[in-house]
Amino acid sequence: MLGYYLDLALRSFKRNKVLTLLMVVTLALGIGASMTTLTVLRLLSGDPLPQKSGQLFYVQLDPYPKDRPFSRSGKLPWLTTYTDAMNLLHAHRAEHQAAMAMTRVKLIPTTTQQRPFFSNGVMATADFFSMFEAPFQYGSGWSAADDDNRAKVVVIADYLNDQLFGGANSVGRSLRINDQDFRIIGVLRHWAPQPRFYSLYLGGPNYGKGEAVFLPLQSARAAGMDPINSMSYAAGDKQVIENSPTIWLGLWVQLPDAAAVSAYQSFLASYAEQQVALGRFQRSRIGLSGLMPWLDSQQVVPDNVRMQTGLAFSFLLICMVNTVGLLLAKCLRRTNEIGVRRALGASRAAIFAQFMAEAGLIGLVGGGLGLMFALFGLWCIRQQPAEYASLAHLNGQMFLCTFAVALMASLVAGILPAWRACVVTPAPQLKSA
Amino acid sequence: MDIKPILATLGRHKFTVFLLIAQIALTCAIVCNAIFLISQRLERMAIPSYIAEHELVYLQLAFIGARPDAMARTEADLAGLREVQGVKSAMIIDHLPMSGSSSNSSLWLDPAQQMETMDATQYFGENLLSTLGVQLEAGRAFNPEEYRDLDKIDKALQTGDMKEIPTSVLITRAVADRLWPGQNPLGKQVYIGRNFALTVVGVVKGLVRPNLLERGAQYSLIHPVRLSMSAGSYYVLRCDPKDRERVLKAALAKLNALDPNRIVLDSGTWDQMRYNFFRNDRAMAGILMGVCLALLVVTALGIVGLASFWVSQRNRSIGVRRALGATRGHILTYFQTENFLLTTFGIVLGMVLAYGINLFLIVHYELPRLPLTYLPVGAMLLWCLGQAAVLGPALRAAAVPPVVATRSV
Repeated sequence: MLGYYLDLALRSFKRNKVLTLLMVVTLALGIGASMTTLTVLRLLSGDPLPQKSGQLFYVQLDPYPKDRPFSRSGKLPWLTTYTDAMNLLHAHRAEHQAAMAMTRVKLIPTTTQQRPFFSNGVMATADFFSMFEAPFQYGSGWSAADDDNRAKVVVIADYLNDQLFGGANSVGRSLRINDQDFRIIGVLRHWAPQPRFYSLYLGGPNYGKGEAVFLPLQSARAAGMDPINSMSYAAGDKQVIENSPTIWLGLWVQLPDAAAVSAYQSFLASYAEQQVALGRFQRSRIGLSGLMPWLDSQQVVPDNVRMQTGLAFSFLLICMVNTVGLLLAKCLRRTNEIGVRRALGASRAAIFAQFMAEAGLIGLVGGGLGLMFALFGLWCIRQQPAEYASLAHLNGQMFLCTFAVALMASLVAGILPAWRACVVTPAPQLKSA
Repeated sequence: MDIKPILATLGRHKFTVFLLIAQIALTCAIVCNAIFLISQRLERMAIPSYIAEHELVYLQLAFIGARPDAMARTEADLAGLREVQGVKSAMIIDHLPMSGSSSNSSLWLDPAQQMETMDATQYFGENLLSTLGVQLEAGRAFNPEEYRDLDKIDKALQTGDMKEIPTSVLITRAVADRLWPGQNPLGKQVYIGRNFALTVVGVVKGLVRPNLLERGAQYSLIHPVRLSMSAGSYYVLRCDPKDRERVLKAALAKLNALDPNRIVLDSGTWDQMRYNFFRNDRAMAGILMGVCLALLVVTALGIVGLASFWVSQRNRSIGVRRALGATRGHILTYFQTENFLLTTFGIVLGMVLAYGINLFLIVHYELPRLPLTYLPVGAMLLWCLGQAAVLGPALRAAAVPPVVATRSV
């Protein structure tokens, strides 16, 4: 039966080529625009570590004085002081815990052909790799002992290893960073969580290619590396940020289940109370946010992208309204044909199905064309000056999604015209014909 | 033209009419808001900088690390750069206007206040007024003996030695108006970080911030602080606009001759910096304009499609009217008026919707309210669009000969 309906649909398309083309193109434009922006939105608001994100939590404390708070609206400070980070790390109350900051490093290649260049580096404590499940190609991360001994070791990213050592196992070789030698102890596989949840407020980009080097926090500090972002909340010695009233570290903990979360929460609360008692803090507010809620609450996805998605879907809506109008016009013109088919015994359901099949066909063709538009749209996004631009590609899921959205849009648009078609009473139509 | 028969005919196609009105309303609402968003971006991109925009080139060098002779080396670099032919003035600055990274602090009128009065960007550097071309409006520029070295100020902050901390400041007109509206700001005191009182010695016309323009584009202070080479700082040279390319090349060669081991991170004209600063706004304005255009085209095509359908459906009645004495002009006016009525309904509905969308944007994106002037502009746009779109089908309708009336369909 469906074959017959599709045959009828094709005949109807041929009869009204311009109108059909108009419907297909407008639907395709709407689909193209919304799939382009939806792809980008999904990419930017995705889960950076799908297998692990449920267990990762971001820790916040409030060392700011009461009369000069961090924010007027009562937000908790984004970062943590060195003292608090170390106190919490050494308490070992979570399964894994790591403090981190971002720094700019000058990398000096061993060969003289390559010129020195700048890149971002992560300064972190030992649990960073195991907690975030960063995969190693060669070697491994450093130990807590390396942290304490200020060992001059470094883990490098795959692309840096390719660039400097042609992709060979470079573990044990040395890398010159900011005019000091560090021993390479590990090479990562390709690893760049999107969005880069751990670099939020540390000063690195939120999207795009990962950091080039990872260094033990204390070793990097001893080598004179400064964090990109730091904020002071009181006057004090700004030269040594370990001792000054300055927030500059991001603190993440891994908590396997709800019990661990509530236990850690009460531990944090008592820690803050204790700091108030000691006079270090004036307020005992704490924050412990899961990875995804943390990203959502900080609105990592740029406003522009959210606005573009809204715009694209309103565009799709208008295209759909347009299609409804045109389908309706087409179906009203064919009342004679419907009358004849009804008189020859076609049921109302059969007429309805016939018109829905026609709408569905428009949807599929529109989806195909819309896919072309979406690919073109994503190409345009890649030319844009945004840090996420290079990531804008259509994946298999979004490919299927395009057709699903197109089919759904056309079927929804088709319901009303099809219903109008199936309630046509055959007798007057036959008479007038 | 009597609109009663038109309304009666439209009443027989309630649903199609409703769809067309809905489409026009949605288009009107979205286009009004999109044009408003575009104008917001354009307004932002046109912010005046109050500096000699077309006369500046900059060079940003990689930081060589803290060293004791930094000040002497910086002075040597600057002396070298001033020798480059065509350079009128040269300075070192830590944050350039519209460079995207800034140093900001809170200002307090009274240190006992609960909350700060405002926040402003701090500009440092010797020869700032003459190099950037900032215009002094009242008061005086800094005297040479007022300048202090930044590293000495850092030390003084630790030891509490107040002698090394400068006490005078230049403010922009915008800051003056914010702190002391309607009063003479010269000689008044403002507190920075609560502990340090600064006396206003001069007011400049304006000086745009390096970023955070939405927090007050011209909220800037200029301090009498001498800089040496540090991370992220720039050498800025002022020259004739037509000399910029040549001066930049000569300056790069000069710095390379002074120390070949340095890395130049970035260099260019300030015009390029301004262009790059607004690239996201420009891209967004482009996208919005594209969407507007696509929307208008889709809506126009929808009107053409429906009008053609109506014309062909009413072929016979048009023929009857023509046979009864209606001129081509009458038929043309009929369809034009019909479209005008539909568009008007759509616009009225669209205006309400436009305000709804605007309210949503205000809540979620901190946008200002849609100015009322956008409504007549949007209405005119859609009226013209509707009339243009319906013209083709209406002309076809007018061309229907009266003889059609005598034929059976």
